[in-house]
Amino acid sequence: MSEQALIQLTNAGYQATDKWLVRDVSFTVNQGEIVTLIGPNGSGKSTTAKMALGILKPTIGQAFRVPGLKVAYVPQKLTIDWTLPLDVEHFFRLTSKPSNEAQYRAIEATGIAHLLNQELRSLSGGEFQRVLIARAIAREPNLLVLDEPVQGVDFSGENELYQLIGTIRDDLNCGILMISHDLHVVMAKTDQVICLNGHVCCSGSPITVSQTDEFQALFGVRGHADIALYQHHHDHHHGADGSITDNHHAGCSHD
Amino acid sequence: MIDDFFVRALFAGAGLAVMAGPLGCFVIWKRMAYFGDTLSHGALLGVAIGLLFELHLELSVFLVCTLIAITLFMMQRRSSISSDALLGILAHASLAIGLVVLSLMTWIRVDLLGLLFGDILAVTHRDLAIIAGTLGISSIILAIIWRSLFAATVSRDLAEAEGLNPQRAEIIFMLLIASVIAVAIKIVGVLLITSLLIIPAATARRISTSPGQMMLASSTIGFSAVILGLTGSLNLDTPSGPSIVVAAVILFLVSMTPLAHQIRIRLAGSST
Repeated sequence: MSEQALIQLTNAGYQATDKWLVRDVSFTVNQGEIVTLIGPNGSGKSTTAKMALGILKPTIGQAFRVPGLKVAYVPQKLTIDWTLPLDVEHFFRLTSKPSNEAQYRAIEATGIAHLLNQELRSLSGGEFQRVLIARAIAREPNLLVLDEPVQGVDFSGENELYQLIGTIRDDLNCGILMISHDLHVVMAKTDQVICLNGHVCCSGSPITVSQTDEFQALFGVRGHADIALYQHHHDHHHGADGSITDNHHAGCSHD
Repeated sequence: MIDDFFVRALFAGAGLAVMAGPLGCFVIWKRMAYFGDTLSHGALLGVAIGLLFELHLELSVFLVCTLIAITLFMMQRRSSISSDALLGILAHASLAIGLVVLSLMTWIRVDLLGLLFGDILAVTHRDLAIIAGTLGISSIILAIIWRSLFAATVSRDLAEAEGLNPQRAEIIFMLLIASVIAVAIKIVGVLLITSLLIIPAATARRISTSPGQMMLASSTIGFSAVILGLTGSLNLDTPSGPSIVVAAVILFLVSMTPLAHQIRIRLAGSST
């Protein structure tokens, strides 16, 4: 049963008014498997995920979802208007009411117990991401889709989140489809990497993919170094400020 | 002794306020205030068409508003005009066409001021029955679509990905707005309907800590505004619509004072 395909795209493509956002994408997410979509900005990662989720209907090709699939989605962007009073606890019940124990476990796993009564608007970027993930886990999904799950999270928090995502797969035995432009993610327990740039450039296990020419052309040698050294680099154009923050966070171990 | 017409107006206004409370919250959460305004301007066209073809006024207003809502929905999906401009065009086009058609029908004497600003004298027993019916039906429908509609308000993609049907919920929501507008004309008039949706909801935001609480508070505040406004209207001989809106604005201003903060703290304490 562990090899059951949850979702499958077959030669799928999506055309906005006059432009192909992405085409010729094929991949499968099986139960218990982590698949990561990587690629530069505008390479069609989110579009691909939305086709897989059924939010967008492929212009060509097929999107298959196993009947009765229970999805949990962590979107890339979510803005809460100031007119909407919504605290974390109510947010958990957004699309379905989770069981008490599932909610409790999700809160424990993400360490957000102290935030339950806070309004979503008042949370920091990192707290907000953890709340989004907690809500998704509490649904006990068969398939978890995470669109850029570590954005706005500082370095130490990032590592924690990757660890967490691996744990979620083991606990729930669900399939995970993750989107990232951050190569760091790719190493973290991913089974399969799909490298996108308007189409599938290359795919396979993280090691295989990182050694292909297409991958190095897209991400450069430094991209490769990132993976090899298992280190984190941003394009730090802002020098002093950035490095000071990074050092600070590396040194302290809050949460 | 309070006049019978006043009691009718009070009940009508109360029913309207209770209905408008939750819907108004969604209107401001979804940033659709101008959308509501456009529909209510279209209501005048609905009145004109209703008189022209001798239809039930509420029915023809509801149909015209629905038509405008659907037009907007379709155009927003494919058109390159910003929805802001689109709303402005449709709002004033339908208001102007409505006024022109009304003035062309020389054989009917229309109380234009009553249409624009509300006329409590005009509330009949039949109107009361319609308002009660609409209130009942719209409450049930809102309860059914609540989860989809609310989830779509927070994130449309998320709602759809997790198996809800936000598009259906949003279309039904527009129909609910259209029906509120249809029954609100006599109480507040075409030009001020949106304020009954928005002002109590915005006031409620100041004292609420959860969505459900805000909808309840919005209904209560709207209800108070109706009572204050209609009483004032009766005593000062002012038009009912503007009087209710003035009362709502006064409540809103009160909510801007530190008093509202106290209420919120107390409500938050009692809800957990």
